[in-house]
Amino acid sequence: MSPGNDLAIQTQSLRKAYGAVEAVRGVDLAIGHGEVYALLGPNGAGKTTTVEILEGHRERDGGEVSVLGHDPARREPALLRRIGIVLQTPGVEPYLNVAEAIEQYRGFYPHPRPLDEIIEIVGLTEQRGQRIRKLSGGQQRRLDVAIALAGDPELLFLDEPTTGFDPAARRQAWDMVRNLRSSGATVLLTTHYMDEAEHLADRVGVIVDGAMVAEGTPEDLMASSPAAVVSFRLPPDHSHLLDGVEGARASGDGRYEVRTESPTALLHDLTGRALEAGSELAELRVERATLEDVYLDLTSEASS
Amino acid sequence: MTGARLLARQMRYEFLAFRRNPAAAFFTFFFPLIFLVVFNLIFGNDTISIPGGDTNTSTFYIPAIAAFSVINACYTGLAMSISFARDQGQLKRVAGTPLPKGAYLGAKVLFMTIIGIVLVAVVTAFGWVFYSVDVPTGTLPAFLLTLAVGAAAFAMLGLAMTAFIPNAEAAPAVVNAVILPLLFISDVFIPLRDNAPVWLGLVGDVFPVKHLSLALQAAFNPFEDGSGLRLGHLAVMAAWGAGGAVVALLRFRWEPKR
Repeated sequence: MSPGNDLAIQTQSLRKAYGAVEAVRGVDLAIGHGEVYALLGPNGAGKTTTVEILEGHRERDGGEVSVLGHDPARREPALLRRIGIVLQTPGVEPYLNVAEAIEQYRGFYPHPRPLDEIIEIVGLTEQRGQRIRKLSGGQQRRLDVAIALAGDPELLFLDEPTTGFDPAARRQAWDMVRNLRSSGATVLLTTHYMDEAEHLADRVGVIVDGAMVAEGTPEDLMASSPAAVVSFRLPPDHSHLLDGVEGARASGDGRYEVRTESPTALLHDLTGRALEAGSELAELRVERATLEDVYLDLTSEASS
Repeated sequence: MTGARLLARQMRYEFLAFRRNPAAAFFTFFFPLIFLVVFNLIFGNDTISIPGGDTNTSTFYIPAIAAFSVINACYTGLAMSISFARDQGQLKRVAGTPLPKGAYLGAKVLFMTIIGIVLVAVVTAFGWVFYSVDVPTGTLPAFLLTLAVGAAAFAMLGLAMTAFIPNAEAAPAVVNAVILPLLFISDVFIPLRDNAPVWLGLVGDVFPVKHLSLALQAAFNPFEDGSGLRLGHLAVMAAWGAGGAVVALLRFRWEPKR
């Protein structure tokens, strides 16, 4: 493989097994400079293993990898100086304060990002002098990102940056990633939250059981699926009307949802049944599938 | 930045973190003093015979407490603090940065070595002020050199030990299970009497604890005419230290066990 000068990250047929378990089974990635790319998948799909191979924390069993033109398995300082890593569970000396911890890591790099700038990006200005052991979970996670930014990286790895966050903390984290994107950094993030990928990523790769099952912009992924969701409300004793309708499920409160890849035929069938029974499909709606629906389709197809 | 400057910089942060945890810092320094005070309360400070003449028992306690202090800081303390840092993910995070690994670990080793030597200085000064400890001057270089060799050797063994500690919760048990029996059979606090089995003495001879203890005793003996240096003991410690360094190089883990 040519050293991917035009790409920040490139992999071909990436493989990794833990004993008999194949965690990554031939993943191909091509991520451009300045791109925000989300690896999406259920727990245990191989996201973290893939990212840790790219970070240099794991050795691959097979395939080609290029990160900023380097083989990360060699852990060359020349590469480590240009990347920033946010692990799933990184620790930091709990008795230092926020500014001291970031400053400590800044000293490892030849061209660190200014301290004040980092603190502002991650939104820890008020906690600047606070001991790390006294930070909340969300603040600690932002400190993790701050430390990863210490060397002013061209490429940032974010492994599940918002897992366990409350909704407000997630919004703040999202704003932070958007700030990073505008500064030109390439970001590879993993997540199992659909909305996170949809909000942040230029492109999304869906990984299930160690293999990529779909890839594209969030819009592409939605367009690639003909899926639609038909929803309506039925009177309590009319649910037999749906006998034999594939994909129908009650969503509570007398509401029903039917997922379909051919909405026209489904509507024809449903309205016919309703007319025959003399009942009304109240609040009838036909909606395009969300990215979440597409994702659920992809992950259930792949693992069934 | 050069490796030496990075190492010095890391040591500053080690010191800062140590200073910020006053309870831990206080008891680290308090611990050896407790030994000296308790020994005096239990056994008194009578005159005893040591090779070359008579002195008070506190002068005899100091090298034993010094050996214990160095082992406690460099072996026990280092192995535990690295196990905790590893479980928290600190080591893995550092491994993903361009900081040379030698600078990171070297700072921890040097910091603990300094702590160990400062502990010895504190307990010696305390004994000199309160218990009339006879501090030898002629053998002081030998005493300091023995402390340095012992600190380095036990720090390497502490690093090697972390490879066999599965997680932070197990660290105190694993570390103490190895060192406590050795302290008891190595003439540190209890001299082995003639009625102890011979093999027990031989086991003590093999491991480095007894050699540190005996070398410090010789270098803290006020009646010592020569330099007080016991090169044989230092050589055994150095060999153990080198072995520990090899194991650490081959087996050291930067990540918690999955």
